[in-house]
Amino acid sequence: MEITRPTSLSEALDARAQDPGADLLAGGTDLMVEVNFGLAKPEHVIALRRIDEIGEVEDRRIGAGVTWARLEESDHRALAQLSRTVGSPQIRAAGTIGGNIGTASPAGDGLPWLAAVDAEIEVASQARGTRRLRWDEFFTGVKRNALEPDEVIVAAVLPERVPSNQHFAKIGQRSAMVISTVSAVVVRDDDGSVRVALGSVAPTPIRALAAEQLINENPQPTDEVLAEFARTVSAEVTPITDHRSTESYRRHAAGVLARRLLERCLAS
Amino acid sequence: MIVSFTVNGEERIANVSGPESLLTVLREELGLPGSKNACEQGECGSCAVVLDGAVVTSCLVMAADCEGSEVTTVEGIGSDRELHAVQQALLDHGAVQCGFCTPGFVVTAAHLFEENPHPSSDEIKEALSGNICRCTGYGAIARALEELAEGTA
Amino acid sequence: MTTSPITRKRVRGGVGDSPLRIDGIPKVTGNFAYASDLYADGMLWAATLRSPHARARITKLDTAPAYAVGGVVLVLTQEDVVGRPGFGMHVPDQPVFADGECNYWGEPIAVVVASDLPTAKLGVEAIDVEFEELEPLTDMEEADARDSQTRRMKIRRGDRDVEGAVVVEGYYEVGQQDQAPLGNEAGLAIPDGDGGVDLYAVSQWVHSDHWQIYPCLDIEPEQVRCHPVGMGGAFGAREDVSMHIHLCMAALRTGRPIKMMYDRAESFVGHVHRHPARMWYRHEADNQGRLVKVEARLILDGGAYESSSNAVIANAAYFAVGPYRCDNVFVDAVAAKTNNPPAGAMRGFGGVQTAFAHESQMDKLAAELGLDPLEIRLRNALGRGDALNTSGQLIEGSLPTAELINELDAMPLAEPLDSDDARHLPGGTGLTTDPRHVRRGVGYGVTLKNLAFSEAFDDYSDVRIVLSPIGVEVYTAAAEVGQGMVTIIQQLAREVLQIEQVAVVWADTGVIGSAGSTSASRQTQMTGGATHQCAIELREQILAEFGGDDLSGEGVWKDGELIVTLHEVCESGPREHEIRYRHPETFATDENGQGDAHPAWAVAAHRAVVDVDPELGLVRVVQIDAVHDVGRLLNPVAALGQIEGGTLQGVGLATLEELVLDRGVIKNANFTDYLLPTFLDAPHVEVKWVEEPERWGPLGAKGIGEPPTISAGPAVAAAIRNAIGADLIRVPILPQHIVGA
Ligand SMILES: Cc1cc2nc3c(=O)[nH]c(=O)nc-3n(C[C@H](O)[C@H](O)[C@H](O)COP(=O)(O)OP(=O)(O)OC[C@H]3O[C@@H](n4cnc5c(N)ncnc54)[C@H](O)[C@@H]3O)c2cc1C
Ligand code: FES
Ligand code: FES
Repeated sequence: MEITRPTSLSEALDARAQDPGADLLAGGTDLMVEVNFGLAKPEHVIALRRIDEIGEVEDRRIGAGVTWARLEESDHRALAQLSRTVGSPQIRAAGTIGGNIGTASPAGDGLPWLAAVDAEIEVASQARGTRRLRWDEFFTGVKRNALEPDEVIVAAVLPERVPSNQHFAKIGQRSAMVISTVSAVVVRDDDGSVRVALGSVAPTPIRALAAEQLINENPQPTDEVLAEFARTVSAEVTPITDHRSTESYRRHAAGVLARRLLERCLAS
Repeated sequence: MIVSFTVNGEERIANVSGPESLLTVLREELGLPGSKNACEQGECGSCAVVLDGAVVTSCLVMAADCEGSEVTTVEGIGSDRELHAVQQALLDHGAVQCGFCTPGFVVTAAHLFEENPHPSSDEIKEALSGNICRCTGYGAIARALEELAEGTA
Repeated sequence: MTTSPITRKRVRGGVGDSPLRIDGIPKVTGNFAYASDLYADGMLWAATLRSPHARARITKLDTAPAYAVGGVVLVLTQEDVVGRPGFGMHVPDQPVFADGECNYWGEPIAVVVASDLPTAKLGVEAIDVEFEELEPLTDMEEADARDSQTRRMKIRRGDRDVEGAVVVEGYYEVGQQDQAPLGNEAGLAIPDGDGGVDLYAVSQWVHSDHWQIYPCLDIEPEQVRCHPVGMGGAFGAREDVSMHIHLCMAALRTGRPIKMMYDRAESFVGHVHRHPARMWYRHEADNQGRLVKVEARLILDGGAYESSSNAVIANAAYFAVGPYRCDNVFVDAVAAKTNNPPAGAMRGFGGVQTAFAHESQMDKLAAELGLDPLEIRLRNALGRGDALNTSGQLIEGSLPTAELINELDAMPLAEPLDSDDARHLPGGTGLTTDPRHVRRGVGYGVTLKNLAFSEAFDDYSDVRIVLSPIGVEVYTAAAEVGQGMVTIIQQLAREVLQIEQVAVVWADTGVIGSAGSTSASRQTQMTGGATHQCAIELREQILAEFGGDDLSGEGVWKDGELIVTLHEVCESGPREHEIRYRHPETFATDENGQGDAHPAWAVAAHRAVVDVDPELGLVRVVQIDAVHDVGRLLNPVAALGQIEGGTLQGVGLATLEELVLDRGVIKNANFTDYLLPTFLDAPHVEVKWVEEPERWGPLGAKGIGEPPTISAGPAVAAAIRNAIGADLIRVPILPQHIVGA
């Protein structure tokens, strides 16, 4: 196996251009599981952890190489909340948001938040420079995304205004270190409009648009509207039954979770 | 390929041929079997080491990516003659049964106490929620570390 | 002879103390050698090819391509087995390698030996193997219907025609739990150059391994020596042979040391699991809640090979009613044989399954009669002088069920929830739940377990004590799996001999006789009992010889004066004494399951307090209050550790842990999806002891390994029911079950 350890983004893009088949390695918390179980046999690895340019959090940019441990301290409340639930402290010390985006697992806990705040994913290649894709253009299916073989994820780019009233919650069977069976983010703007995103209930993170609409029309929802909101969320998700949970539980829990988060937004 | 890095304060060189983990290299090549292999998927913490200032699961660290890194393993935390306060506390409270989880608890808890000498009981539990112990039910581990948290200056 | 007026102090670290464990220091520093850490010069590695199908005929098995991989030295298949083709705890029904047919997913087909582990794995991948898939039998009831079983058990006691005033019926299921010891299977076999082999592989019982291994190798018994070795837990997973025969075959064939180490995924098929169970119950009681008749039908899935199913099903049947008096008991129990991965020993051993059912039934009865759950248990509490409800055996030893229940009742109840910190709420750091979503529940589990081996098994433990001026050595083959046997042995030897320096020598099968298994909650009583008895006999021999009345590290005393020094006692060499310790004889039961099958029993009484978020089905187990029947408390810290650890395994079964099988294939053979409780899932555990000495064993001590696991699960299940006010018939109780209840 060969390894390239670029110290700048341009070196990384260079290496990527020369060998588009190479595997990118950030914190390794997804890739190395595959390696250890014999599912990935990388021949050339481009290790990204020495690239400062992707390791910073700026105003509206969260570098791909930023670890969950750092994001636990984020000012974006829901981002901090979700970061605290990614794996364990050891996983959060190594795992990055870029890796989460790269893996694009339906259960990736960072993804519903990106969906809820309408983030863009910035990617770069030597050949075509930088491009930005809306989250829903980027995530294309179960563990599939729109990244081209010569590209690197650079950052998640946030819109100009991200409402501070936002809440995240995730259901797993354990109290810690668990893959979500359902996760949700609700963001409420000052005008009362909301955005509702869910994870683990569809091939990609999704927004519950009909449910959002319901609240946008009823910004001070009554109990009946809240109940209707939960039902709408449940109807909008398309979960599956697998060894972690059942379709009907996930559907039910998605509605309950979204309603509770909305209630928290309304209370704060 | 040759990877050189610092392990427990010593310059070490490892001959790495594939994508194997730091855990494998520590155990099979560098003669440091203290870090334990119990899952190789980051889910148990028995392989925890300090890598460049942060506690990580060494089973998920690609050894080839450790060039220039600084690693502390359980062997670097304390010795038989001079135990680290965390080691002594675990010993004193009967928090060691089969002991397979213990190196991971020692590394993770020692790091916790370095960053926060007086963690609350909840903080201790959360900081160690990535370390699975199948024997003790965690009770003795909690008592050991809670007492240490109260006592450390 | 010398005399000297030294004032005597009791030795430190005797019975009742909690001395530091001697293996503790190497364990905290990382220097303790586990089987997976063993290394020998010139060592080769081996890896296993396993069946990808639950049932299939092997239509082609060509090992040549594996030999073509550079570094591969040897490939072993069933054709290479020169001796008896199979092995097994009870009957040798499992072939060393699949013999033309695979009977479960993960069954070993071949082992590849190579210069290192990655190469051995490449060799495994290279083997050219083809299968004709066959329809697997994976449903235990279907297996029962087809008469595919390893043992049927019948209990017929009393009068089937009697009727109670109240009747409750129930159907219950227990999912398949894995022991998940943190250390995976590992071992090293070293050929002795003389046709024999030394094996250092994980084991709860090296002699049982030995008896199973040498016939397959077709060599003399003494040519295989199984050595006790450090291991990362057991809980039943180390009772059966896994890699042992493979290792020995490879070492003998290559003449080189061979190492094997399963990874976690392989470990999930490399050892047996707890039997999943389906159970139908009917309890009848009088108006006061006294049991009149219990009828039960039990099916446990034993998987593809027998392992210890014969004993597990017996336990399920004998403890089907729990620690309650009842004169009319009718149980039909069967261990089904299927194409699921083999089931065998796990902490609680048959008792876990029926405990969930009988405790659920007791709660149903209590509800039916409007009685408090503890009150109904107290009214039926079984004790010394009663007959065991199933086998009719007179209970001569200690069984303080009523005392335990009363003690439990007196323990203060956990404080109400008064925190909005997520770590104290169901859902944990996932932030799912606010305090207003929470409902609290309380539930009980009072259960019974036999101690040591039953049903006429010749159960014994050999111990040799060697006394020299530098101290005491205790030789035993008892497996130290982490439970702290090492300390108990030291304490008992110190207590009797009053000599502080006690070393435990883990001896191999060539050096000492069997200590029996580190299972069935038996080692403290059996090897502890052997140590205690051996030390007493040695002490008496020495006192008699020198006319003394006391012994200590200084020597022999009489009337408070030292009359001979230890040096003088050992003038012509160290003093040795060896004994074989047995518990009271047990017997096979008759065709109705009647007879004196058990040497002793222990009860446990747990109260669980849970917080449930019913809308999301999430549970936090807040506290377990546990009262345990320990006979005599030898080491408080070690006992507490067993109880807390065993309790969490019961909590795990009730709330999280299950192997998910799909037509015989395990879907979650990893730690991402086989969920073990984390630190944040662990309840606070409060423990109280009841000391009513057993009639045998060291100073009346009773085993405590299994009872906590048996009692915790039913208590948690009952507490969840209590919180949500609905019935739950299956463990583990998952969020979808609570939401749907
Ligand atoms: C024990 C455990 C628990 C976990 N728990 C959770 C959890 O609770 N929630 C959750 O969401 N995830 C969880 N994960 C998954 C994982 O930790 C996260 O997805 C993490 O964010 C991955 O980041 P990484 O840096 O480690 O990725 P890596 O493993 O380094 O990379 C992951 C993938 O992304 C690609 N990649 C990485 N960086 C880039 C880049 N800059 N540009 C393009 N591609 C890139 C890699 O090539 C690879 O395909 C868990 C993993 C483990 C082992
Ligand atoms: S072995 Fe690394 S976390 Fe389990
Ligand atoms: S002491 Fe055995 S796993 Fe923790």
